[in-house]
Amino acid sequence: MFGRIAKLRAAGVVGINQRNRGYIMPRNPRKLYARVDDKVATKRLAQAAGIAVPELYGLVHSVREAGHFDHFVENRRDFVIKPAHGSGGKGILVVADRRRELFLKGDGVALTRAEVVHHMQNVLGGVYSLGGHPDQAIIEYRVKFDPVFEAVSYRGVPDIRVLVYRGVPAMAMLRLPTRRSDGRANLHQGAVGVGIDMARGRTTLAVCQNHRIVEHPDYGTPLADIAIPGWDTLLELAARCHELAPLGYLGVDIVLDADLGPLVLELNARPGLAIQIANGRGLRRSFDAIDQSDPLPLTATARAALAREVFLAQCPG
Amino acid sequence: MRRLQTLLLVTLLATAALALVYLKVSQLGLPLTPGQLEPVWAVEAKIEFEGQGRGALVKFDIPDELGGFLRLDEYFVARNYGLNIEQDGDDRRAEWSTRRAHGNQRLYYRTEMVPRAVEPAAATPKDRQPKPPAKPKYEEPLASAIQDVLGEVRAESANVFTFVSQLLVKLNATNPDSNAEIIRGKLERDSEAWVARLQYVLAGARITTRMVRGAMLEDRSANQHLVPWLEVHNGERWEGFDPRTGHKGYPENFVRWTVGDAPLLAIEGGNNASVVFAVSRYAQSLTSVARERAEVSHSWLANLLLFDLPVNTQNVYRILLMVPLGALIVAFMRTIVGIPTLGTFMPILVAIAFRETELAWGIGLFVVVTLAGLSLRFYLERLQLLLVPRLCSVLVLVVILMLAISLVSAKLGLDRGFSIALFPVVILTMVIEHMSVVWEESGPGAAFKEGLGSLAVAILGYLLMTNEYLTHVVFLFPEVLLLILALFILLGRYTGYRVTELLRFRDIVEAPSSDVRPDR
Repeated sequence: MFGRIAKLRAAGVVGINQRNRGYIMPRNPRKLYARVDDKVATKRLAQAAGIAVPELYGLVHSVREAGHFDHFVENRRDFVIKPAHGSGGKGILVVADRRRELFLKGDGVALTRAEVVHHMQNVLGGVYSLGGHPDQAIIEYRVKFDPVFEAVSYRGVPDIRVLVYRGVPAMAMLRLPTRRSDGRANLHQGAVGVGIDMARGRTTLAVCQNHRIVEHPDYGTPLADIAIPGWDTLLELAARCHELAPLGYLGVDIVLDADLGPLVLELNARPGLAIQIANGRGLRRSFDAIDQSDPLPLTATARAALAREVFLAQCPG
Repeated sequence: MRRLQTLLLVTLLATAALALVYLKVSQLGLPLTPGQLEPVWAVEAKIEFEGQGRGALVKFDIPDELGGFLRLDEYFVARNYGLNIEQDGDDRRAEWSTRRAHGNQRLYYRTEMVPRAVEPAAATPKDRQPKPPAKPKYEEPLASAIQDVLGEVRAESANVFTFVSQLLVKLNATNPDSNAEIIRGKLERDSEAWVARLQYVLAGARITTRMVRGAMLEDRSANQHLVPWLEVHNGERWEGFDPRTGHKGYPENFVRWTVGDAPLLAIEGGNNASVVFAVSRYAQSLTSVARERAEVSHSWLANLLLFDLPVNTQNVYRILLMVPLGALIVAFMRTIVGIPTLGTFMPILVAIAFRETELAWGIGLFVVVTLAGLSLRFYLERLQLLLVPRLCSVLVLVVILMLAISLVSAKLGLDRGFSIALFPVVILTMVIEHMSVVWEESGPGAAFKEGLGSLAVAILGYLLMTNEYLTHVVFLFPEVLLLILALFILLGRYTGYRVTELLRFRDIVEAPSSDVRPDR
């Protein structure tokens, strides 16, 4: 047991307690959380800063409005409903298509209109929100994900989580939905996490349920060495998100839309630690290297470049 | 800076808590473990006399300060007598009076005492410097015997106390010389007359003396008399001497009753007066002794005891004071071990609910009601009901389930059945709601993991919160809450790995990246 502790420490693995006390508390000012936890606020800030996000179709405030949500999606075949204050991918309903009165979910299951309204009511009632407070329901653009990931994701939307430390992307992973995760890209629900070579934008190791894997659990397709299209743009986009909400320990979730390129899905003030398993290395080394580069560059481009340098210094070759 | 401040705070809290506990143990003699017994001594004086059919006044000397003992209580029992207690300096006297005493009269005085935890600060030096006695005019043959003895002893002693000691040894020798024989005469050496004779002899050396009467604490001794003791003043302080052996000091079980040779009992209007003493010992729980001791000793520490509260309130605090301890388990399990629980306080609430249902019933109830409630909740979910009414429907089901269990156990004659209480109903409803949200969002696996984690932590918390020893310590020493607070602060500084993380991150260090790179 103590041997394991020493090894983990030597590998620079950050535990939850250290994340909370060592990084989140000192680096993430409480007052900025509102910008991150409220997805509407994030979206508006991002739009103002010219950062690409999925388009907002409408915002539902009350149960009465929920009953009349149709006008938000009048000419749209597909859209996504999610809580403005949700976390961990909770309460997200993806409508991929419509058939007459039915709404087809991302996984092909058909919902009646009443069921969709009920879902919205749950969202409004705060079932999915942090602390169970009454919430708002966001109706937005459904991302058509880049076909590059088609072979390695089970329905749902694969996304890329970039952990941005003091504005410098420190680590990234590709999150692939599986059957087990019910099409959601959340690792603790069973999605696959794939580590990413920060310098080259190619996938490395993969993890599922905290265990190292080499193939997608549903399809058996290899997960390593997939090139992520537009990696440079993506890295810079992640670095820029620090300007929206200057949190020192920030998770940026980015999707690759087939038509629109990288879009920022949401920001996270308490990103998880599974990213370390996916990359097979601890976060602390990257954090320490970034801390040593103080003062940090002011432009996102320079910070993205620093991110590559830091990675290469640690994982040469 | 912040680190220093935290550590300082922790040290301060812990020191304060431990210091208070130490003071309470050493000053009030509070026991650290439950169920300890301590002897309480009861000395009872029985006064008897023959009434003459007219008014009677009984004056009886009673003790004031008991030296190494602390008086817990005293009782005066005398039918048809009025009681008056006279206090004159250190002398205390009970005065019973009646208008008409006829026939055999019996009066009792009883005092109960325990050994002091700490000697009172050196007996108040209010003793005035006593005047040495005048040298008496001895008569022959006593005069020459006393002169000789005093002369011999003076040659062998250095100060007043050794002088007295030497003299007593000489006079009490098993084979006394002729002088000692003369001084001893026919006196019993444990009698008051013998002490009076010793005082008389010592007056020849102008040594100040006085007689002290006391009771010897020996269990179940009845019909005792007070034991006379000799006290000698050396110009600075009084010191006791055993009149039979010359040993300095008092035996441990000696309780001073009165000082001076004035008669113990004086009766007007009565004949054939006698007083006998009975000593008995009984065991009382150390806690209640300590409590009484705290009350009578007027220590400021007594204010920190909860015994003054109404019993109902005390009982609430017996539970409430244990809650932080339960929270300690939760905090430990979550931050150090990493066991997932439904919310932070849910396990504590469940543990408190277990107190009311008892553990086995509690666990059964928890499992059965939670499963049933979850099923109902999912059924209601399909009816697409709003959140709050849905939660309330679950509450109704929980109440019905508990009612059903009660009815069934009554029918089956399980009169031991569970004691139904309000609290568990509310808690169980909350557990169900909490679990179903986790279920929906993170899947049944996570829901059961958290449910079982909560149950496990709740059981641990219950065992801790009902531990007899801990309950005793926390109730008697509520200041340990400060210690618990210090522990929480320390726990809040913990940035090490959780036990579960050792497993979770295993693959980072145990599976080197090169081994698993796919070659296919």
